[in-house]
Amino acid sequence: MSGNHTTSHEGENHGSYGSYIVGFILAVVLTVASFATVLSKAFSFWQTIAILGVLAAVQMVVHLIFFLHMGTKSLSQRQNLAAFIVTALMVLIVVAGYLFVLWDAQANMMAG
Amino acid sequence: MLGKLTLSSIPYDVPILVGTFIGVAVIGIAVLAAVTYFKKWGYLWREWLTTVDHKKLAIMYVVLGLVMLVRGFADALMMRTQLALAYAGNPGYLPPHHYDQVFSAHGTIMIFFMAMVMMQALFNFVVPLQIGARDVAFPLINSISFYMTLVSAILINISLFIGEFSNVGWLGYPPISELQFNPGVGVDYYIWSVQISGIGTLLTGMNFLTTIIKLRAPGMKWMHIPVFTWTAFFACVMILTTFPVLTVSMALLALDRYLGMHFFTNDGGGSVMLYLNLIWSWGHPEVYILILPAFGVFSEIAATFSGKPLFGYATMVIATGIITFLGSIVWVHHFFTMGAGADVNTFFGIMTMFIAVPTGVKIFNWLFTMYKGRVRFEGPMHWIVGFMITFSIGGMTGVMMAMPAADWVVHNSLFLVAHFHNVIIGGVFFGYVAGLSYWFPKAFGYKMRDVWGKWAFRFWFVGFYLSFIPLYAVGLEGMTRRMNHYDNPNWHPWLLVACVGVFVLAAGLACQVIQFVLAAFDAVNKKPDALDLTGDNWGSGRTLEWSLPSPVPHYNFARLPVIRGLDTFHIEKELGRPAPVSELEPIHMPKYSAVGPMLGACGLLIGFALVWHIWWAVIVGLVVAFFTIVHRSANLDVDFYVTVEEIRADEEAFARRLAAAKAAE
Repeated sequence: MSGNHTTSHEGENHGSYGSYIVGFILAVVLTVASFATVLSKAFSFWQTIAILGVLAAVQMVVHLIFFLHMGTKSLSQRQNLAAFIVTALMVLIVVAGYLFVLWDAQANMMAG
Repeated sequence: MLGKLTLSSIPYDVPILVGTFIGVAVIGIAVLAAVTYFKKWGYLWREWLTTVDHKKLAIMYVVLGLVMLVRGFADALMMRTQLALAYAGNPGYLPPHHYDQVFSAHGTIMIFFMAMVMMQALFNFVVPLQIGARDVAFPLINSISFYMTLVSAILINISLFIGEFSNVGWLGYPPISELQFNPGVGVDYYIWSVQISGIGTLLTGMNFLTTIIKLRAPGMKWMHIPVFTWTAFFACVMILTTFPVLTVSMALLALDRYLGMHFFTNDGGGSVMLYLNLIWSWGHPEVYILILPAFGVFSEIAATFSGKPLFGYATMVIATGIITFLGSIVWVHHFFTMGAGADVNTFFGIMTMFIAVPTGVKIFNWLFTMYKGRVRFEGPMHWIVGFMITFSIGGMTGVMMAMPAADWVVHNSLFLVAHFHNVIIGGVFFGYVAGLSYWFPKAFGYKMRDVWGKWAFRFWFVGFYLSFIPLYAVGLEGMTRRMNHYDNPNWHPWLLVACVGVFVLAAGLACQVIQFVLAAFDAVNKKPDALDLTGDNWGSGRTLEWSLPSPVPHYNFARLPVIRGLDTFHIEKELGRPAPVSELEPIHMPKYSAVGPMLGACGLLIGFALVWHIWWAVIVGLVVAFFTIVHRSANLDVDFYVTVEEIRADEEAFARRLAAAKAAE
């Protein structure tokens, strides 16, 4: 605990009424779009999967920006963003690395 | 009632264990009796066990680390003497099952309960002082971290006398660690002590990362952070990104063993290779978590004892960052032989070799720091010179093994064992011991007798080469690791030399113990020339901790320092630009708390009960832990203010000591 008694909220951004509404509407639109893609049966199986993937990724970004307040404006937003990028990078390394390594071992060892 | 625990679980028929138990019991009873006789229980509880002060926690970490060092070293002595004897038909004195437990315990203890503990001791003591903070970001969580580490160390020692320890090596590879091949409780002891200590380490990582980001003194920009704190920062990043992987792999192994799942079994769709990937994508970053703070210690010491600023501060920071990143994409080099193709092995081999580049940058930075400096070869400086020689050799054999083709020849041989001891003893251990002797006067206000430190270094340095160069040789001749006995006449002379070497190392350890005992003796007798009056014990300290009195007052900084550049204390002291003196204000500090010891006791109970399948005790432990946390959350009386009078009295006492030091000159 530093000399400062009260918890400091300087430089933090907890969003505004407007930004929550925008985020909420975007999230609802994306969710409805996902359901519509499946229920309308307008696309082939793999097209549906691809569209759902894209919509899910955009949905995630919407949540990160509007609800988890990531961004580049204030110091704390940048810190959150940096922590998120590091985490994402590590998950990417581990998942991609395991697929690379284990697929290769599987292929070479003729296992299973 | 007691799950799998019966009287027959206690190995009273093994003479070595009975002897050890009697020894431990006698020492334990003597310590408890001494504390009772001198009526120190209250003092111990109020001032130490319930503390949330990072400096006291650091000292407790050091004590724990040293005890576990002796324990792990005893295992090393047993292994080397066994291999010196068990030749040509002689079975030696350790039966294979016992020997397997000894090498598993040695590895587990030295990494988790010696090296990680010492590292957390250094983090605790140094980081807040270097960045001008009054404590860590979450002092109570810091105490909980310590207790998680402590109880997991206790759990692993309980395995010595109740039941058995894991016999499958320090990483518990399946399928041999699965229930089918290992129905005893050894692997369970391993799983739960690693899990509990992992919680402690993860909390430490979170705590110190937050501390470094949030609690730096006013004016301390990122590139004003001392190098040790930088290395602690990157080590914390790695702790946060990789320790969850360890937790998951241990949890999956536990599910296999406790609930009959098939994550890593041979049948039922399990994959042993998944475990290897999981454990090494924690395990490789882990060795960098250990070595980076050692690099930080060397950077501080090289600058202090050369009387020069560190050469290439920025490159040092960047190199640490690059090592952090590369360290997380090299894990496959621990199992090149798993059967992956050339593309996988080439990628991981090349990434491994790349790490030599930033590490080489660091070595040259330390050399150039010493170059044309006024180098003083005091105790801590010995370790860094020994480190640079030893670590370079270890690094080179590492690059050799980074070539998959060469690795296929020496995989799992004693060549590998020699390599990693070469970098871990020569790098991590030398670094932590150097740090211990460097910051000891700051922690206690007393100097250690340097001559014993120098002798410790000489024995460790020579003993290291005697013990491990022979292992390179027998490794190249094809001797695999973890071998209980052998009959190859070519190996025997080498292993005799290695056995001599381990006794030289023991002499080094004895010198260190003597050094601590003599320091305590000097402190009790208030030997005047052992006093560190100025707080700047080495006379050339550059970072903030040396601006404080030794021992440091519990609130650290009477006035929060204002940082005006890298090596702030050096700027104030040498360039004659003292900090402005502001009015003293009451300092807000956390109160000591019994929550840490409470949660520690729950952790020990849960761990022990899980090992022996005593389910009711697990539930009791969890419930008590839950209510301890609830009670703490509802407790608002957790802080207090240090009065201005107390701070002023400390300031005046320090001024008198400074005057006395000046008069003595």
